[in-house]
Amino acid sequence: MSTGQGNSGKYKWIGTRVDRPDGADKVTGRARFGADFNMPGQLIGRVLRSPHAHALIKSIDTSAAEKLAGVKAVITAQDLPEQPNVIVPAGEMQVNLRDITRNILAREKVLFEGHPIAAVAATSDAIARQAVELIKVEYEVLPHVIDVAEAMKPDAPVLHDHLITEGVKPPPTKASNIAKRMDNAKGDIEAGWKQAEVTIEREYTTQAVHQGYIEPHACLASAAEDGQVQLWSTTQGHFQVRGFVSRLLGIETSQIRVTPSEIGGGFGGKTVVYLEPIAVRLSQKSGKPVKMVMTREEVFRASGPAPGGTVRVKLGARKDGTIVAAECEIALQAGAFPGSPLGPACWTSFACYDIPNIKVVGFDVVSNRPKVAAYRAPGAPISAWGVESTLDILAQELGMDPIELRLKNAAKKGTKTSYGPTFDTIGFVETLEAIKNSAHYKTPPKPGYARGVAAGFWFNVGADSSAAAHVAEDGTVTVISGNPDIGGSRASLALMAAEELGVDYEKVRPVIADTSSIGFNFVTGGSRVTFATGLAVVNSVRDMIRELKVRAAKTWGVDPDAVVWEDGMAKPAGSNVGEFEPLSLAQLAATAGKTGGPINGHAQLNAQGAGPGFGVHVVDLKVDRDTGCVHIDRYTAAQDVGTAIHPSYVEGQIQGGAVQGIGWALNEEYIYNAKGRLDNAGFLDYRMPVASDLPMIDALVVEVPNPHHPYGVRGVGEVPIVPPLAAVGNAVARSINIRMTDLPLSPPRLSAAIDAATPKMAAE
Amino acid sequence: MAKMHISTTINGEPTEFLCDPSQSLLDVLRDNLGLTGSKEGCGSGDCGACSITLDDRLVCSCLVLAPEAEGKKIETVEGIAQGDQLHPLQKKFVEFAALQCGICTPGFLIASKALLAKNPNPTETEVRFGLAGNLCRCTGYDKIIRAVMEVAAEMRGAAR
Repeated sequence: MSTGQGNSGKYKWIGTRVDRPDGADKVTGRARFGADFNMPGQLIGRVLRSPHAHALIKSIDTSAAEKLAGVKAVITAQDLPEQPNVIVPAGEMQVNLRDITRNILAREKVLFEGHPIAAVAATSDAIARQAVELIKVEYEVLPHVIDVAEAMKPDAPVLHDHLITEGVKPPPTKASNIAKRMDNAKGDIEAGWKQAEVTIEREYTTQAVHQGYIEPHACLASAAEDGQVQLWSTTQGHFQVRGFVSRLLGIETSQIRVTPSEIGGGFGGKTVVYLEPIAVRLSQKSGKPVKMVMTREEVFRASGPAPGGTVRVKLGARKDGTIVAAECEIALQAGAFPGSPLGPACWTSFACYDIPNIKVVGFDVVSNRPKVAAYRAPGAPISAWGVESTLDILAQELGMDPIELRLKNAAKKGTKTSYGPTFDTIGFVETLEAIKNSAHYKTPPKPGYARGVAAGFWFNVGADSSAAAHVAEDGTVTVISGNPDIGGSRASLALMAAEELGVDYEKVRPVIADTSSIGFNFVTGGSRVTFATGLAVVNSVRDMIRELKVRAAKTWGVDPDAVVWEDGMAKPAGSNVGEFEPLSLAQLAATAGKTGGPINGHAQLNAQGAGPGFGVHVVDLKVDRDTGCVHIDRYTAAQDVGTAIHPSYVEGQIQGGAVQGIGWALNEEYIYNAKGRLDNAGFLDYRMPVASDLPMIDALVVEVPNPHHPYGVRGVGEVPIVPPLAAVGNAVARSINIRMTDLPLSPPRLSAAIDAATPKMAAE
Repeated sequence: MAKMHISTTINGEPTEFLCDPSQSLLDVLRDNLGLTGSKEGCGSGDCGACSITLDDRLVCSCLVLAPEAEGKKIETVEGIAQGDQLHPLQKKFVEFAALQCGICTPGFLIASKALLAKNPNPTETEVRFGLAGNLCRCTGYDKIIRAVMEVAAEMRGAAR
């Protein structure tokens, strides 16, 4: 279903629902994911992890493990060089090299339950597991802190003695768990409050949630005696893996070749490294290939969840619904090391709206939890939960339709954001109108059901991409790029290449190359691949077309400027050039040897102008007052995608993101016990949505082309997880007449809230 | 520990293997026999990525001990297609974009096939409950459910 300007009808291939190039491989079990690679003579690596949330490491004795028959190597942090205190980018997040080497193998302290301490490589998994048990670690257990509010208190156990809060003037003299304070503002907030006729202020909390990709982290490393390293890894960015392994182990980049496997989901959680440096070091030490795969429990305990946090939101409006002032204070869990997605959480908080006076303050807070990683629009769902819930209260207070309130304040082309940029062409108004005009919104909820709406924003990312295009002797085309295909991007890249060349989609084969076979590509993240790598693919094809025109000109004995490329063929530019029959790609390829050799094209770029994306979601649901269980009856998600290159996969991103957000809203949370240990490190107790929890998710694809891409592409993947938290919360509030401010809205929490609000039978 | 000798039939082929008594059937399929189509997502029977049929019964192969396969008939994702012909479920999953990353797809295909064998005329709710043991984190299930419903309709049409 497509609404809005619907520009994709003008293309031959773009906007069609072709079969993906890797479809057959994926439905036959042939596709090779992370754990599916094996090498002759490989060892299996396993990690010893901390049972404590916070403890000093007094000593590590690996001698018994080393003596066990079948054990070929044992390593601790001493086997990785110390790293400088330097920040490097990792996807949309930033990581500190000093911290990351400690996250991979603990040094002075363990900082969370599951923190890796040592690793072994053995001839079988059983022996490796046995060896891990034989490593003796002496701990001095320290008091721990899990909760952000607790961690911010002056008397909280301090995780890092050297951590002085950044962004505060003058800098504090004492270490604390507050790693950073961030401020951004627009207009004059005090003047704004004076204009307000209605002000609403609320505080909200969310819990840590996991990306929940179905494929656990896995890799296979083979280090040769001459120093060359081969690595297979399930990752969103094999160039990033190469960079980390190079830095963390002190190996020259050119000596490491990383091949990405098919990736079984990532959602931001596979933009960092956990196993790869360990596997490479174990392989160097043992002289054998080393394979490592995390268990699901390890994934939960020791790979990056998204942070939980607290958000306080204050909105001031005139009685006609014009918002004149907005304030937001956000504190996010960073996990054991600084670096929560605080920036994005702050920047995106009010980005949907044109508000003259804005003040945003954020805090990045460490606690004894696993270090957080990116998760789909990192940070944005948390601030949007606060902002969009408060907007709903404002709409109720003013007696306004929630879509009308948002339309009245919607950001448009020319709106200046609180964090700097001024929007170019964006489609928020069109997206709100798509929901307003949808069959869903025009139909009242079923009796007993209540409706919630919320909006969301994500700025999307461009960054570095390389691509190459080759013509084979028969005129078919290979397009090479370097981004792991996480959800159908091979299809979108091939569609753009076919469109640009004017050849059939089936004649284009997209290939994802290893780090040695194509130039640098930044991670598959930030909703950047179809936009930025797509642009690189288009440019590589244009480069190839330039060469094809040269070859046609040579064939005809004319100037290259006298040749045009149309419908997959070289044609004379006009009748004055001469009478020549058009030359097809296949004909030009067949004679390439006589006209100058192979015909290729290349492109490399740092893509600017990723078009921001907006989504609006509406949900009808019912709360069972006896059990606190929420039943979702109908869900519609509209989003401006610029141009839907492959509409089915665009819809899939919107539907999948919406469902992850529904899980975040209703059930998903990290639950800790008093000892600081995670109580629900498995899919049974960490409850992600299953098919029977959900209705069909209607995706309304709005197309307002991004002016900074030849085909109008905007990023798609991240926006849809931003609105659902508040959309579900708003519907629940309207259903039970209780405004829940703590996620998740799980049956125990809703039951307790309903019970607390219901007069006791005994009292009657 | 002495290895056990097991005789079984996998995707129609008589197959023998040696295994540790404590090995899971999933590990044997993947590590001993090279059938890596079945995936391990959790190792505790909660995600369905390792779904296979054992004597036509849908099971999580991570919860089956390899010796339990003695004398039984196993079907994995590698056995669904016939030569170069994809099964209707495989075709529709591709056509309907019922996969994004694809890691859960083998499990969903096996579970869907088992569901349609038992109930060729399922309602949407029955498909949703029939596939509730299989986690997908990418698609939001919409396109998977539509693909299975469509195959059910086509197979009923073909059977008429």
